[in-house]
This record gives sequence, structure tokens and C-alpha cells, in this order.
Amino acid sequence: MTAPLLRLDGVSMHYGSGETSVTALSGIDLTVERGELVAIMGASGSGKSTLLTIAGGLTVPTSGEVIIDGNWVSQLSVRQLAALRRKTLGFVFQDFNLIPALTAIENVSLPLELDGWKVKRARRAAKDALAVVDLSDRESHYPSDLSGGQQQRVAIARAVVGGRSLILADEPTGALDSTTGELVLRMLRSRVDAGAGGILVTHDARHAAWADRIVFVRDGRIIDDAAASRVENVLA
Amino acid sequence: MSVRQSLLAILDQGACYGYQLRAEFDRRIGSTWPVNVGQIYSTIDRLVRDGLVERDESGDEGQTYFEITAAGRAEVASWLSSPVVRSTSTRDELTIKLALAVTLPGVDISRVIQVQRAATFRTLQELTRTKNTTDNPESAEELAWLLVVDSLIFQAEAEVNWLDHSEARLLRAAVKPFPLSTEPVRKGRPARSEK
Repeated sequence: MTAPLLRLDGVSMHYGSGETSVTALSGIDLTVERGELVAIMGASGSGKSTLLTIAGGLTVPTSGEVIIDGNWVSQLSVRQLAALRRKTLGFVFQDFNLIPALTAIENVSLPLELDGWKVKRARRAAKDALAVVDLSDRESHYPSDLSGGQQQRVAIARAVVGGRSLILADEPTGALDSTTGELVLRMLRSRVDAGAGGILVTHDARHAAWADRIVFVRDGRIIDDAAASRVENVLA
Repeated sequence: MSVRQSLLAILDQGACYGYQLRAEFDRRIGSTWPVNVGQIYSTIDRLVRDGLVERDESGDEGQTYFEITAAGRAEVASWLSSPVVRSTSTRDELTIKLALAVTLPGVDISRVIQVQRAATFRTLQELTRTKNTTDNPESAEELAWLLVVDSLIFQAEAEVNWLDHSEARLLRAAVKPFPLSTEPVRKGRPARSEK
């Protein structure tokens, strides 16, 4: 059996110390397999976005381990972690986070170029990634010339380009209308079905339903996992 | 349910014999709403009785055709142009179950909500997977089917949202469930309270 693409093992996150200490996450265990999309749901302030930044190695947890594609994040140097993020992780944000001065294809190929790929090869990979999200005819457009849905599809192409295998999406449909949001989720789903793994943070049940598994976070803890169809006695 | 109006709306497109009418119904909405042939014929009988449809037995092959009347056309036009009025009565089992459960001592209402939410989410996931198999509808039949799946998805989403809302409301509300009353209960209707 291969190791999961992502594993969070007893992850806790506290801010501050002593009496003013705030617990953002507490004892989180979570795995994401290849070909699996996991939705994380919870109210504002529940800790779901913190969970995503920890899963992506952007935030160091107070305790617990994050293992990305077999790499124990706590044992990596800053340089190694940056390389792991560039090669393995793709982020998709609510507000797209594209670079306005770069065209669609340049936005997608940039992370590969930063990773040392030759420009020609990076552009070829970016071209392929844009074709997958059905944007071949928008390669030379700047973000300002693209609709919200198109910008988010560029962001998804950027998140998966060059064989990146773990997509971390934070409310990717938050700024999109219902139909466009669905198109973006369909793209995300198809990337996962093609072998990537993903986390989708959302507070929208209809969007979470695109995931294979839905995890609920409240007050920094996982309170319910909709895939684990356990039905316990409801009498206290 | 509006089998009656649906059949009438199909007949508005042209006269059909019984089996043909059933086939038309099936290919338009039958995949999501199976109706047996007996129901079709009994509905046609009522439409004829009410003067909305007429029998025509003058066909060469001995088949009885059903043809819409002017009154039938008026009913179709009225049906398609007026809103569907939904009942506001709370007969929904889940609504009743949760409303009753909050009054019952010893019931872990949060657990009731969690169990239901997990089940509704599974339904939502299944519907979403079903929908994902049809990317772009290529026919009106497929589009009709997608509309129905979408409707079920939005209903399931509304149920999840209601459960979330109820859970939050429960956390805030400082009220206790109540045990069975020890007061003797009089037979018959409860006495009207005096004001």
C-alpha cells in the first residue's frame, strides 16, 4: 500500500501563550490519498483555513506532524520545503491570485520557471495545463481580460502544472456565480480523478458534495466525518 | 402531482393514442418520474370526463386518439403561466422529528443532527456524482433530467443549511426539554383557555 499523499498527524496550532493563548487547531488527524478530494467545512473562524495553510507547509503547527508525499515537513530545511511546495503543491484561492502583468500562459508557467525549468519546456507544460481547463484560446490574455471563472481555471491550471499532485483550494468558488462555480469544481474534480489529491475548503454544502469525503471542523477540532457512516445511539 | 397537467401539455402538441402518450411522457420526464400505464389511462378518462380532451376513434388502424379541446388548451396555458403553490404545512418527517426531539429529555439532539447531516451529505454526493456524468446536455431529454437532478441537489443543500442553522440555534438557546406532564389529562378536546 502506498503512503497517503498528505497526512496530518495530531496537528495542533496555538497562537500566543499563557492565559491569552488561542487554540486554532487541536489534535487534527487527516489523510488525503491520490485520486481523493476531501472537503473541509466549518463556520468562519473554525480553523479550516489554518488547516489548509498547515497542510501546504505555509504555517508551522505548534505540535504534530505534516507528511506531504512521504516527506516529513518538520525535518525539511527551508529550501527543501520551498522545493517541495513548488513541485508537489498547488494552491487555488478565492480571489485567484494571478499576477496581473503576466498573461495566462505566463502565470501558469511561472512556478515551473522558478523551479528551474527551461522557459520553452515550462511554456509547453503550461500550454497543456491550459488546454485541460479548456482555455487554449485565452493563453495570451491578461487576467484583466478574463472573466472570474476563466481566471479561476487559470489558477487551477497553475495548481496542477508540471505534475503537481496535491491541490489545496480555499473557497475557490467564493467569488463566482453558481454555474461558473460548478464548472470550476468540475475541473477540480477531473484533475483529482486523473490522479491528483485535493483539499477543498468551503462553507457551501453543494460544493463540498463534489468531494469524496467531507470533514467538519468546529473550534479547531474535526467533529464529524461524513464518509465514516457510523450511526451511533443518539440517546445520551 | 401534476400527471394530469403534464399529459394535457403533451396533448397540446398534437393528438396521441394512449400508448404513444405514455411514450412521450416517459421520454420527457419518465426517467425521473415513472408513471404506470394504468395511471395514464385513468388520468385520460378524467380529462375526457372534464371536457379537456376528446376521444377520436376515426383513425384507420382502429386506435383511439386523444385530442385536446379549447378548454384543455386554456388549462395548459394557465398551468404554464401560473406559479406552483406549495403547501406550507409542516408534514415533513425530519422537521417533525427534530422539533419533537428538542422537547424530549435524554435525546442527544446534536447527534440527531449529525447523523441526519451525514446522510443528507451522502445523498448530495451521490446526486453530484450522477450529475457529473453528464457534462453538456445534448438533448432536451438530458436537459430535463439535469434540471431534476439540480432540483434534488438544491433541496438537499437547503436541508443541510437548515440542519447547520438548527445546530447553531441549539447551541445558543438555553432551554431545557420537558418530561411527561404529571397533570391529569381530561378526555375530549382541551378546554379553551380563558382570557
